Amino acid sequence: MAKLPAPLPQLIDIYGPHPQRTPPHGWQDESRNPAEKLVKTHCCFCGQQCGIQLKVRDNQVIGFEPWEEFPFNQGKLCPKGVKRYLQSNHPDRLLDPLMRTDGGFRKTNWNEALDFTANRLREIQARYGKDSVAVFGGASLITEKAYLLGKFARVALGTRHIDYNGRLCMVSAGTGYKLAFNVDRSPIPWSDIAAANVVFVIGANIGECAPITTDYIWRARDHGAKLIVADPRMTPITRNADLYLPLRPGTDLVLLMSMLHVILREGLEDRGFIDAHTTGFGAVAESVKPYDPRTAADRTGVPPEAIEKAARLFATSERTVALHARGIEHQSKGVENVLALINLALATGNIGREGAGVAMITGQGNGQGGREHGQKCDQLPGARSINDPAARAHVAKVWGIQPDEIPQAGYSAQEIMNAIHAGEIKALLSTCFNPLVSLPQAEFTREALSKLEFFGVIDFFMSETAEHADVVLPGSLQEEEEGVTANVEGRVIHIQKAVDPPGNARGDSEIICDLARRLGKEKYFPYRTTREIFDELREASRGGISDYYGITYERIDREYGVAWPCPSADHPGTPRLFEGGVSMFPDGKCRFNVTEWRESGDPVSTDFPVYLTTGRVVSQYLSGTQTRRIGGLVDIYPEPRLELHPRLAAQHGIADKDWVTITSRRDEITLRAMVVKTIRPDTVFIPYHWANEQSANKLTHRTLDPRSKIPEFKVSACRIRKAEGAPR
Amino acid sequence: MFGYEFYIDTTRCIGCQSCMKACEECETHRGVSMINFDYIDRPNTIATAAFVCMHCADPTCAQVCPADAIKVGEDGVVQSALKPRCIACSNCVLACPFGIPKLVPERELMMKCDMCYDRTSIGKRPMCATVCPSQALAYVRPEEIAATRREKPSNVFRFGNQQVTTKVFMMTPNAEEIRLDVVDYMWEGEAVEVFQ
Repeated sequence: MAKLPAPLPQLIDIYGPHPQRTPPHGWQDESRNPAEKLVKTHCCFCGQQCGIQLKVRDNQVIGFEPWEEFPFNQGKLCPKGVKRYLQSNHPDRLLDPLMRTDGGFRKTNWNEALDFTANRLREIQARYGKDSVAVFGGASLITEKAYLLGKFARVALGTRHIDYNGRLCMVSAGTGYKLAFNVDRSPIPWSDIAAANVVFVIGANIGECAPITTDYIWRARDHGAKLIVADPRMTPITRNADLYLPLRPGTDLVLLMSMLHVILREGLEDRGFIDAHTTGFGAVAESVKPYDPRTAADRTGVPPEAIEKAARLFATSERTVALHARGIEHQSKGVENVLALINLALATGNIGREGAGVAMITGQGNGQGGREHGQKCDQLPGARSINDPAARAHVAKVWGIQPDEIPQAGYSAQEIMNAIHAGEIKALLSTCFNPLVSLPQAEFTREALSKLEFFGVIDFFMSETAEHADVVLPGSLQEEEEGVTANVEGRVIHIQKAVDPPGNARGDSEIICDLARRLGKEKYFPYRTTREIFDELREASRGGISDYYGITYERIDREYGVAWPCPSADHPGTPRLFEGGVSMFPDGKCRFNVTEWRESGDPVSTDFPVYLTTGRVVSQYLSGTQTRRIGGLVDIYPEPRLELHPRLAAQHGIADKDWVTITSRRDEITLRAMVVKTIRPDTVFIPYHWANEQSANKLTHRTLDPRSKIPEFKVSACRIRKAEGAPR
Repeated sequence: MFGYEFYIDTTRCIGCQSCMKACEECETHRGVSMINFDYIDRPNTIATAAFVCMHCADPTCAQVCPADAIKVGEDGVVQSALKPRCIACSNCVLACPFGIPKLVPERELMMKCDMCYDRTSIGKRPMCATVCPSQALAYVRPEEIAATRREKPSNVFRFGNQQVTTKVFMMTPNAEEIRLDVVDYMWEGEAVEVFQ
């Protein structure tokens, strides 16, 4: 029953996105009155989680003031942070529960909406079994909500299928780091970047996706550090790169293995570190033998001399920091790419000391905290494995149930959508996730949604996915509930409640608890505040890998955040992991892992000869549910453009701003061209923040990394042709 | 703010436009950005640059203003045009050697950066330099710039025969004064001063 209830233009007219350009009450007059209070909290967008002060008056966020004392960003903000407050008093804000009708949605009261939702979930589970219902969560949720959602799925619904949109973000990195170090967290405090002598950035558009991190890199350069950037596009930070490696999409593994080849060939490895702190070096050394720079050059499109130079800089510097993000992780060999980079850091002894290390740049707001405590299909709170009997026993005790009542591991996010499409999963409850924009092959997702027997959504705006729902429950913005997130450094920080949800909207955690009550599980969800959820979470994480037991809201406020693991109240927290080269495995050793080349799941061919890669722009965030509604951000980059090199453009008679049709093996879309010399001529780029006919993810494919289950957004094949004009 | 100076280093700019968005929030010109932002040559490069008013010691904009609408404060900040005086003639827009002032037709007024007078006068840093993620725009103490940056600050600029000294500093690779005229590098005999 999940086809659109009304024509799309009609839904857009009512629910947006409408770009809001002015603060509540406009730029003049009323809005110039002073704030009643300044609330020290954090930006709701990316994993940098910059400190910010929200100006509040009359239960509305009316503006912001930089928070210069917060050490991570010291007042700095990207345009998303500057304009985030425009979500307050937004005309698109959902203020009442909505029920689907034959011609759209009608407003209703909470009792009807929640009763209906609980009844449908119960009916479907009674008919098809517990696992016929799936739950989707999101990594923009505070950690309390993420924890609650995991417990809700497993205790209130008893389904094994819960996963979250962080599946599209941090899972390749997490899988790699667990294999190498037995922990899924960036091991370094960001101050280590500024202290490095060489900064190696691969597959990370830092200037646009983690803008605040730019200053850490520039500070490293200020004291003479060299910057190496590997990317198919010259992203903004490349303007100051000492060495730029323009690699072909999907060939990162060859580049990294070739760099290790050079390091070993020239005897630049750190034998002392390898012998004292690692296992598995021999097999990895053997595996990189065929990857000489000349061979690697043919595969990667990077000159052999540049590969050699990068390897030497990486290995001979006293302190090297390697930074990576989705560029290497959004691949069907994302985990291999991460492992190959870790192998480089291990071989050169760049682990566990100031200014040296390897770090993942977490993308989503609570990308770190949101994956630690239970909305991931294979994990329980404390980043415990759901397959581990001891972990199950500990968490079951905290939850007051028997260990065997905890379901086993379920499907990952894309697998859930596949199972919905296949008719195996019949109902979905989704919060903070817009899969129609963010999952690959959007038309497949749309087909899947149309097969659901029940689809419920908790969200604050009507996302493109929510338009397909049977019930939409109006939830809360980040500033409307108190809790914690963990930033890119693993620093647990305090999100303050600044305002109450407007109208009849409610806090997400209250909604979930109310649903649990209606499912007859109220005794497991007795919380009156999110603080009570946090206190239970601390207990549930106690003794686990990401141990929060020693962290309290008050400590966070006093110390500007506490990095986990923090097992007790008198523990200082752990800003830098692996000090002295000691991993979190019981034997303390770091693991080399052999990596093996595989072709992309959607290889280029004569019919589809051009690489398509996707990513973000600085002014938009993820599926755009929030940022496409903020006018000041929409104005910076109003619509997706197809980036292509003049050489490729000339082959197809395409000029800047021409309409171009891009066709992949799945679908086609038509966008305006942006002809620039800052991208490889065999590659085109489209940012993915937009929906429907502007959706880059109509083109992408559903191939997953076999271990992390991340889709291969960064490598697809396509062909292009000049279009007659604008699409329909 | 006493003891703080404004520094621009365009080579640090990542084009995020946070400065423009934050500038709109300033009390004296809410909703209008006073930042001059450019993609230098997007087809060929990702390089971008953001500028604020350079706040000249002897501002050309004020010199050419027929209505005496542009005032310099005691702190050296060149104010935006005064509403009752400005006649929107665009003399300043055309004359400014840095291309900073903008005519806002709907207000019949020249508007430009006043270095966040509303903030700096009460001990806050200008909005743009506070939020700038790459610190291409920085408002810090001179000692901090000297201690942390490789580039050197410069505030003397030559436009043809005009030499302009500014309150705002540009970070430059190493020169004390940037010389662009071939004449400045020529040997013309001992009688002639080499650089003047």
